Amino acid sequence: MSAKTNTGLPLEPERYELRAAAPYRFDLDRRDFFKFLGAGVVVVSVLKPAIVAQESGGGRQRRGESLPQQIDAWLHIGENGKVTAYTGKVEMGQNIRTSLSQAVAEELHVPMDIIEMVMGDTQLTPFDMGTFGSRTTPTMNPQLRKAAAAVREILIGLAASQWKTDRQQLVASDGKIVDPKSNRSIEYAALLKGQQITQDIAADQLLIPATHWKVAGQPALKIDGRDFVTGKHRYPSDQKLPNMLYGKVLRPPAFNATLLSADTKMAEQMGATVVQDGNFVGVAASSTQAAEAAIAAIHTEWKPEPQISNKELFDFLRKDAADGKDPSGDGDRFETGSVDQALSSADHRLQQTYTVSYIAHVPLEPRAALANWEGDQLTVWTGTQRPFGVRGQLAEAFRISEEKVRVLMPDTGSGYGGKHTGETAIEAARLARAAKRPVKVVWTREEEFSWAYFRPAGVIDVMSGVRSDGTITAWEFHNYNSGSAGIRTYYEVPNQRIMFHEVHSPLRQGSYRALAATANHFARESHMDEIAHALKMDSLDFRLKNLKNERLRAVFEAAAKQFGWGKTKAPGQGYGMGGGYEKLGNLATFAEVSVDSKSGDVKVVRVISAFECGAIVNPDNLRNQIEGSNVQGLGGALFEAIEFENGKILNGRLSQYRVPRFSDLPTLETVLLDRKDIPSVGAGECPMIGLAPAIANAIFDATGTRLRALPLVPNGLKAS
Amino acid sequence: MSTIQLAINTKSYSVDTDPQTSLLTVLREYLDLTGSKYGCGEGQCGACTVLIDGKAQRSCITRVGSVSGKQITTIEGIAKGDRLHPVQQAFLDEGAMQCAYCTSGMIMSAVALLQKNTEPHEKEIIDFMDGNICRCGTYSRIVRAIQRAAKAQAPALAKGASR
Repeated sequence: MSAKTNTGLPLEPERYELRAAAPYRFDLDRRDFFKFLGAGVVVVSVLKPAIVAQESGGGRQRRGESLPQQIDAWLHIGENGKVTAYTGKVEMGQNIRTSLSQAVAEELHVPMDIIEMVMGDTQLTPFDMGTFGSRTTPTMNPQLRKAAAAVREILIGLAASQWKTDRQQLVASDGKIVDPKSNRSIEYAALLKGQQITQDIAADQLLIPATHWKVAGQPALKIDGRDFVTGKHRYPSDQKLPNMLYGKVLRPPAFNATLLSADTKMAEQMGATVVQDGNFVGVAASSTQAAEAAIAAIHTEWKPEPQISNKELFDFLRKDAADGKDPSGDGDRFETGSVDQALSSADHRLQQTYTVSYIAHVPLEPRAALANWEGDQLTVWTGTQRPFGVRGQLAEAFRISEEKVRVLMPDTGSGYGGKHTGETAIEAARLARAAKRPVKVVWTREEEFSWAYFRPAGVIDVMSGVRSDGTITAWEFHNYNSGSAGIRTYYEVPNQRIMFHEVHSPLRQGSYRALAATANHFARESHMDEIAHALKMDSLDFRLKNLKNERLRAVFEAAAKQFGWGKTKAPGQGYGMGGGYEKLGNLATFAEVSVDSKSGDVKVVRVISAFECGAIVNPDNLRNQIEGSNVQGLGGALFEAIEFENGKILNGRLSQYRVPRFSDLPTLETVLLDRKDIPSVGAGECPMIGLAPAIANAIFDATGTRLRALPLVPNGLKAS
Repeated sequence: MSTIQLAINTKSYSVDTDPQTSLLTVLREYLDLTGSKYGCGEGQCGACTVLIDGKAQRSCITRVGSVSGKQITTIEGIAKGDRLHPVQQAFLDEGAMQCAYCTSGMIMSAVALLQKNTEPHEKEIIDFMDGNICRCGTYSRIVRAIQRAAKAQAPALAKGASR
């Protein structure tokens, strides 16, 4: 591969410099780093082969890879002392721009505000599979810390040789190397004049232990928060280029409809660029209004396809699994002991079915992309959790090499697992190619509701057998369609059969924060309460009797203590719990509800979550994530559900699809268990999984009514 | 098409457009004031909130022809030079955001609330802010930020009143 590095322009990747061409091309020769980064030190984080396979998603060959995929991050410190970290991870509100800066500041002994994080730019950052699965804190955080520690050691070495002294007696402090004996000190920048040093991270690179952290482990506010409270930050939908057009896509009347004909004459006469390419019909015009008018002027005929409605959904999922011969693989089934025998010899048996609806992510910023072609080179700014994945989708859609595509991801208005795909990027690029001008496409809320994808709906069957003393002896668990995340039980059961059944989903479905762990914990933790009730045992005692995992016991006990489990309740009041283990985090959530017996209104009054995710990197942001998970989780637990019929979404607007608001807000309390002896793991997802069962169990406690479908009370308790 | 005169923050603008065009579109597309956000287009989420003669309004359902000659204030217009508005500062200090896409609308609504009610109770804040959605779920922090801003504003208001 030849180097096409442009040395003439200053590098300002953080500003998403729209007017600059995309001139940089990293080459395997690391000396080239210095052509555009300037002199200094570059430390490269190289992954072990096993991790490479895991992070790159099944080892599929990617075409035109501009960097060796075993590199996952690097850190540069220049002769001006400026620190720049490069990672393919992206920021969408989980505040990793801040927590990763903390990690670098900690090891490098520099103030956080001199660190620039370059994120999610396929041309400037190393390959990354995507920002999902709560992976940033357990993987990228230690990698960048190691890179920063390696830079620190290099700087100490430079000072030692300059002073002709023993490096052992030198320390790094506040951007300087200091010799406490002689009271000498030198700034990093001074040490780096004219240097060009590259180094890989040593396998045995030592890190500062969590017990000695000074920057990490402390609360840190959003590092560039000022740009957000002033409206200065440019989200993907705010991007603009000179000469830019606004794009609109004509949507089919229903999913799976086939385009029979399109009359685009009028739209063309209106001056719009019109593209008809297969089922794709779109326009680009000088304003959004002009584009909308052009779309309205196109007459199309479609062939619809009959499709099921949400009323038939759960029967369909079960039937389809039976008809489809269950294509799920070994990874999705787990069996130990003899469930059938244990069930038949149990003192008590319980069989129940739980369901979850399709729900929408509703990221407040809908999908948006700005595409620009320069010759056969394509640059797209878009809101996505997978910039490298979207690059691949663009390359595939336009039959070009990935080397010709650059995807940049300005910090976006949330994702929650809903922005893994590149629909708008492809639409904008297709229109831009026809218009020969930059084109921006921003989806409307209605488009986002219908043409993105949903959290999978599902049916879950649970059969259990217990002894009279409260020991669970048999556990059979079948999940149809919703997914296998969090499907295994953490309770000690000698005889288990656990299966995920793949189904042909009637709606387009995909990732959603915490994936199926929400559904599987809802079924499991509801069922645990049902058994406890049948045995007339206390819910907490029953769980602890069957739970050995110390970390999980600790969060249940901590949450129970904070909640005051066992206290008396007033009429209409109910208490419940749910908890579990997901993405390496441990959670227990307790809820208090009050039910108005006349109106059937259910109000979640108080929610307590105890959470443990190893050594805490940023306690304030961790609380923020846990509070946010519980608020967002209220929607799926209480009232969110997608209604559909014949390939149409029936409630795809915010006036029709209720999401949690200020008035739904319970009192939120968070108990953090800081385990400095355990490596840090992520917290964007696990805190969500306990709320739905905690509320369902609390409603049962208040009313004696057992609700087994999410959402629990879309129309209040009486109507449901 | 007509020429519409607009007073936005401290500037005057003259815009050639259909008077039926939404104010949000004019702000974002014509004037490149992108701090006001599109979230739903039907006044349900509050991300596009601006002040019109001091009142919080959803700019996505406000026709630009109806606000000619009125004072329009957007998120870009409330800081004084480098000094943030007390509500902006309070949102920063309370960490009252995650993705922050709702933040400008939240701040503009809160500014309007504090202009007519300098010491709102929690219930009053919740009632007033209920039309603004934060999908990341930072509502409790936003309530705290508004209370903090109210406290920060109190001395300034007292000073203003004594003059």
